[in-house]
Amino acid sequence: MAPVPLTFQELLFRLQKFWADRGCILQQPYDVEVGAGTMSPETFLRVLGPKPFRVGYAQPSRRPADGRYGENPNRLFKHTQFQLILKPPPVNVQELYLESLAAIGIDLSRHDLKFEEDNWEWPAGGAWGVGWQVMLDGLEITQFTYFQQCGGLDLDPMCAELTYGLERIAAFLQDVDSIYDIVWARDPETGNVVTYGDVRLPEEVQFSVYNFEFAEVDKLWEHFRLYEAEAQTLLNKAGALFKQEDADVREKKRFPLLAAYELALKCSHLFNLLDARGAVSVTERVGVIARIRALAVGVARAYALQQVS
Amino acid sequence: MADFLLEIGLEEIPARMIAGAEAELGRRVGELLTRERLLGAGGKVTTYSTPRRLAVRVEGLALAQPDTEEQLVGPSWKVAFPNGEAGPAAVAFAKKAEVEVSALTKITTVKGEYVSATVERKGRTAAELLAAELPKEVLSIYWAKNMYWRAGKPERFVRPVRWLVALLDSAVVPLEIAGIAAGNQSRGHRILHGDSPVAIGAPGDYPEALRRAFVEADVAARRHKIRKTLDHVTRAITETPGARWREDEALVDTVVHLTEWPTVLYGSFEAEYLALPEEVLVTVMRDHQKYFAVEDVQGKLAPHFLTVLNTQVDDEGRAIIRHGNERVLRSRFKDAQFFWETDQKIRLEDRLELLESVTFQKELGSYAWKTAKNVEVAQVLAARLKANGVVEFDETALLSAVQLAKVDLTAELVKEFTELQGVIGGLYARAQDLGETVAEAIYSQYAPASTDDGIPSTIEGQLLGLADRMHTIVAMFGIGNAPTGSKDPFALRRAANAVVKILAESLLPLTLTNVISSVQGTEEALLHVKAFLEERLSFYLKDVYGYAYDVVNAVLAANADDVQDAVMRAQALTVVRGSEDFLAISAAFKRMKNILHQASEKGEKIPKHGVQVSLLVQPEEYQLFTVSGDLAAEVDNLREDGNYVGAFEVIATLRPVVDAFFDKVMVMAPEPELRAARLALIQSVLDGFSGIADFSEIVVG
Repeated sequence: MAPVPLTFQELLFRLQKFWADRGCILQQPYDVEVGAGTMSPETFLRVLGPKPFRVGYAQPSRRPADGRYGENPNRLFKHTQFQLILKPPPVNVQELYLESLAAIGIDLSRHDLKFEEDNWEWPAGGAWGVGWQVMLDGLEITQFTYFQQCGGLDLDPMCAELTYGLERIAAFLQDVDSIYDIVWARDPETGNVVTYGDVRLPEEVQFSVYNFEFAEVDKLWEHFRLYEAEAQTLLNKAGALFKQEDADVREKKRFPLLAAYELALKCSHLFNLLDARGAVSVTERVGVIARIRALAVGVARAYALQQVS
Repeated sequence: MADFLLEIGLEEIPARMIAGAEAELGRRVGELLTRERLLGAGGKVTTYSTPRRLAVRVEGLALAQPDTEEQLVGPSWKVAFPNGEAGPAAVAFAKKAEVEVSALTKITTVKGEYVSATVERKGRTAAELLAAELPKEVLSIYWAKNMYWRAGKPERFVRPVRWLVALLDSAVVPLEIAGIAAGNQSRGHRILHGDSPVAIGAPGDYPEALRRAFVEADVAARRHKIRKTLDHVTRAITETPGARWREDEALVDTVVHLTEWPTVLYGSFEAEYLALPEEVLVTVMRDHQKYFAVEDVQGKLAPHFLTVLNTQVDDEGRAIIRHGNERVLRSRFKDAQFFWETDQKIRLEDRLELLESVTFQKELGSYAWKTAKNVEVAQVLAARLKANGVVEFDETALLSAVQLAKVDLTAELVKEFTELQGVIGGLYARAQDLGETVAEAIYSQYAPASTDDGIPSTIEGQLLGLADRMHTIVAMFGIGNAPTGSKDPFALRRAANAVVKILAESLLPLTLTNVISSVQGTEEALLHVKAFLEERLSFYLKDVYGYAYDVVNAVLAANADDVQDAVMRAQALTVVRGSEDFLAISAAFKRMKNILHQASEKGEKIPKHGVQVSLLVQPEEYQLFTVSGDLAAEVDNLREDGNYVGAFEVIATLRPVVDAFFDKVMVMAPEPELRAARLALIQSVLDGFSGIADFSEIVVG
């Protein structure tokens, strides 16, 4: 008899255990809206500088424009990425990755696996890398990136970023056609199941309604401006502080760049909401992305200085 | 003679880059060994590649470079041997050349007598040379995008280098690339063979040793296997008798470079999805999933697909993989169906206002603005065509098509499959019964996408394509976005190539001036665009049609406005240019042009109108005057009939007359009046025959 496939939460446990056993810190999801696991400071900021770092975390990623009111079986406004940063990557990083697939119950001798070129880029974050989409029987299950630059800075050492699409993998393992049918958890005593739909469908519906219909464009722009201004004020102060050669090292170390980064992330999410509302023309888009980029890159530069001070 | 093998083991190389890199590796290694005199004419270079390796084998390699003697030249003899005794300069030179002073000799050169030393250069062994030089060659391979991976190390490559095999016969060559030392251990297929190393005994064993480890490193063999298996598996599709896989060379290439041990399996999808347009189905299968589409005997899409696996599995594995691939495809089709249905809720006409929020170009405006401009341009073109009356077309349908051409940019399906813009709009127009003419014009508006793509099949489609592109080009030039050098971020060259191709291959009686002046723009921008289109016309004639550059120059120097006419003239000129008389007459025309040019440089006045016949004194010049006049009239008639070959042949008959003229007549006569008359004569001969082609551009001999 074929083994019972992992539930959604078991899938996450297995990945976390696998990578924890290989020296990764397990972090909790970052509690600010992000569009991708990369944008969490656990990746965006920690990849900067020379310090080795290994971390794994499941990150809910919100993309308002991808919402489908819960009606499309394959698309979500919010999906969950298991994000992994290996800095620097071990030489056998690909083999480790394949072992992690075995750990979640994929017998590779029974499947077709390909690493197909897929380079990754987040222009607003000045971040990019080269890599692959890992295709399992024609399904993209992971984005595997050798991160080369972040915040416009060259990474030395560079790192490997593995992003597992948890919903996709779970639907594949459980062989269900709709994300909402994924078994999230199973009661070990009764065998009763709770599905992904039970847990998340109302959220998909209500946030689609909010993102597409109710979010007030004027207010969103206003929030954007407020957060941007606050972030910019912090960056200006950081700029002045880090330029001062005789500044107190402690003052530098305690400067709240992490707060500035959160404000930049809020701007990024507001921009995505405005986009979902159809409120950003293509002309404006370039300009707004440049504004977010100025914040993100500004934080990254200051953060790099803060690390060496 | 020795046999050499280098294998560079990598993490998966992007499929699109492998073929180029494999060829470059072979070329670099071959050139290095030839340059270093290790490889002669009898040598043989063979290359291999898979997604995880690039390899090159060289047979017939010398084990060492031959020793050579080199003659070094030192200071002048007098300086080195003042008074016949060796001085400090001689001693220093001997030391540098590593010979005894007594071995120095005297040589005599054009500059005088010098000291010389003959030194023996010991040839390096092949192993030394390869270890020293090969890494540089490998790291110089060009990659469209590369990366760095070792902290603090400068090397860039497409992906991290993970292992190296370097063998000279059965001995490991001690070379190192990016921190990896060469050995004799390769690797097999990730899954089918696993992690245990694959020992390579000697270069000749390489392909076979890898085959035992489930890697087919010979690209041609892999391609052959894939094609054969595609055929074979297609025959197993019993549900669709006579099924065929849809030939797709680019896709075959891609899967060849995505696999080390390819096998093929087929899968199926629910027939209900066949209600989606074929274009959408094929795009999903080919571009997004790398599947081959399957068609029935009538060429209609069948509900199956073929996928090339990078593994070999038993029946149970095959069932699992098929099931997985079918799941993915079904969900992609379901997505497409969802978008298709969502899109249908808004009629194309009602999407026009949505275009207000889609920007065409920041400095210019939205696609609503662009559409209004396209309509204006199309109206001008339509009016001109009606006045010409050469072709018939449906003006109302044309204008509706132009009006609706861009609205599919607001469709979900186009956002998902950007490569299908235009196509989707056309399909929606058809689904919404906007008329076949309108639908077809919208559908084909972006054709030709490249120089080997066909033009739209209808006049309306051709006009839409012209209006849209001409407006784009003029508007972009107007705001300073013309292409420069290799930079063409708005693909304006491609747009202009398409304009030229449509004008050349359609029946539209339109010249470049016609299409340019149909757009509003500053005079400067229009002139700039004219030169740009002429340059594209020249490219088209040379690179697409393959006419010789001098033929193209000759034709375009005469007239570069009527594209179809230019093509015909280039064709005719190509037919006749080889004949001896024609080459002679071309040379004569060139001579005339030079004489005129030199004369005007010297300040001579060349009368533009009329030859003063009474001033001509020699029979040869009088004869040139009369014969050329007669022939010019004949040529004009032939031109009128479009008989350019005939016209060129007539022109060639002028040769004896011209030859006689140049034999006997000195144009630059000392008498000013006679000189002027003669210059006027040759000017009129040139003018009379240069309307079809400027023969002075023809390169003779």
